[in-house]
Amino acid sequence: MNVIGYTAVVAQVALVVAGAPLLTGLMRQVRAKLEGRAGAGLIQPWRDVRKLLRKQPITPTGTGPAFRAAPALLVATAAVVAALIPLVSTQTPVRRHADLIVVVALLALGTVALALAGLDSGTAFGGMGSSREMTVAGLVEPTMLLAVFALSIPAGTTNLPAIVSGAIHDPTRLASPAGLLATAALAVAVLAEAGRIPVDNPATHLELTMIHEAMVLEYAGPDLALVELGSQMRLTVLLGLLTSLFAPWGIATSATWTALAIALVLFALKVAALGAVLAAAEVFWAKVRLFRVPELLAGSFLLALLAVTASYFLSGTGGGL
Amino acid sequence: MSEATFTQLLDLACGGFLLAAVIVLWRRELTAIIQVFALQGLALAAIPLLLGLHEHRADLVAVAAGIAALRAGLLPYLMRRALIASAPAEDRGRRHREGSDERRETQPVVNVAASLLTAAMLTLLAYAVAQPLVALDPTPATRALPVGLAVVLIGFFVLATRRRALAQVVGFLLLDNGITATAFLAASGVPLIVELGVSFDVLLAVLVLQILTTRMRTAFGTTDLDDLRELAD
Repeated sequence: MNVIGYTAVVAQVALVVAGAPLLTGLMRQVRAKLEGRAGAGLIQPWRDVRKLLRKQPITPTGTGPAFRAAPALLVATAAVVAALIPLVSTQTPVRRHADLIVVVALLALGTVALALAGLDSGTAFGGMGSSREMTVAGLVEPTMLLAVFALSIPAGTTNLPAIVSGAIHDPTRLASPAGLLATAALAVAVLAEAGRIPVDNPATHLELTMIHEAMVLEYAGPDLALVELGSQMRLTVLLGLLTSLFAPWGIATSATWTALAIALVLFALKVAALGAVLAAAEVFWAKVRLFRVPELLAGSFLLALLAVTASYFLSGTGGGL
Repeated sequence: MSEATFTQLLDLACGGFLLAAVIVLWRRELTAIIQVFALQGLALAAIPLLLGLHEHRADLVAVAAGIAALRAGLLPYLMRRALIASAPAEDRGRRHREGSDERRETQPVVNVAASLLTAAMLTLLAYAVAQPLVALDPTPATRALPVGLAVVLIGFFVLATRRRALAQVVGFLLLDNGITATAFLAASGVPLIVELGVSFDVLLAVLVLQILTTRMRTAFGTTDLDDLRELAD
């Protein structure tokens, strides 16, 4: 059990690190095909990372430790989250620590580190990007927490592996109104947290519309490689969380090698499919105005709240208030 | 139909019913609002249909068919006609001044983010208020009673905070949908004759409001109800 458990954790982290740039490459490729372009190929993000890593490290004068620590922190938090959440197996040695609140806090730590780095660089764009990122993050965190709470009420715990294995054994939980509302709410929250259209445009370099790009404008060389890898890993982890919670079929609940192998393949397929669907949908969407973003996120917060109330009252477990 | 499937489907219909009310608050385009209202009519019709199949009552199934025809078919059709009449074709191509576009609810009295949060509070209020009622007889249907009350409250809110005449009509109809849903969930529906009376009442109200909207448009050039204050001056 223990060998398989540790293997599962290592496999999760390795797959996320190696697969995140490929996922980004796939999404760009899907987008390129739909727009009638040839596209740069699946492994272009890896080539970018290699090119950046070979360059000379350089930091702007006047920046402090926050600027230097942020890229490493971003990657580290994403890697820890990848180890914690049950992407491949629910029987891992770290399953007792895989609490929802820990996971959301770790993701928030990465966001805050990058926002501080943006402020530290002292440029107008960095500060603007940080302020926008914090606005979005402050609205996204409660939505993510509430959406998963809707699923944790029937499971009776906020432990993610317990929620996932409960959902595998009792699929009707996901088909309930609470499950559907929570899916919609978490999907919007994931889009906002990962900085995709309609909240942020990951491909833009127009200063007035960007959020994430504005914060990392001052990075170059290996630091930039880490920042890019970190945000790609965050996207992968968030999509993985979404699939684990709402399409948990195939995740290993027993500690056998075959279950683990099947789960690895299925995880890669599910995240790739979700990423491709997202990329295809993005072709048809426009980025909303920054002032409309709180509206979108308030809507998803409301969906999450309705999911929690529906889960609490309609299931019949709820007593008086 | 087994008890578990019935509960699941009823919960699903009620969830869709509440969700449609929320989306009405969320969207700005009046065409989208009308479309969502039609979908809500379908969710509403599903409630008596499920109850009728579960309790083996043919009259409830007939009522469900009538509700679907009226609220998902006729009323949205009438509103769509009113919308086309109030925003003639030659206006569409022109660039509108902010707040003067007839096809969008551009400036509600309470902004959209705040009204979504208010809807959340109203839903919680409905759940809190309905608790004693649910405790009287906790069946799957009565347990979903707060959904009907929540839609009534959200309908009131739409009625009070929207400026466009058509958005207010939708608010009024949301209110009525909520009352109907509450009646079905609490008492498996009212007598058929009352149901018919209410339905005709709603239909007439929409017809009158449609004519009123068109007259407003010809008299003032807009359906913004705030402009009606000028009559008193």
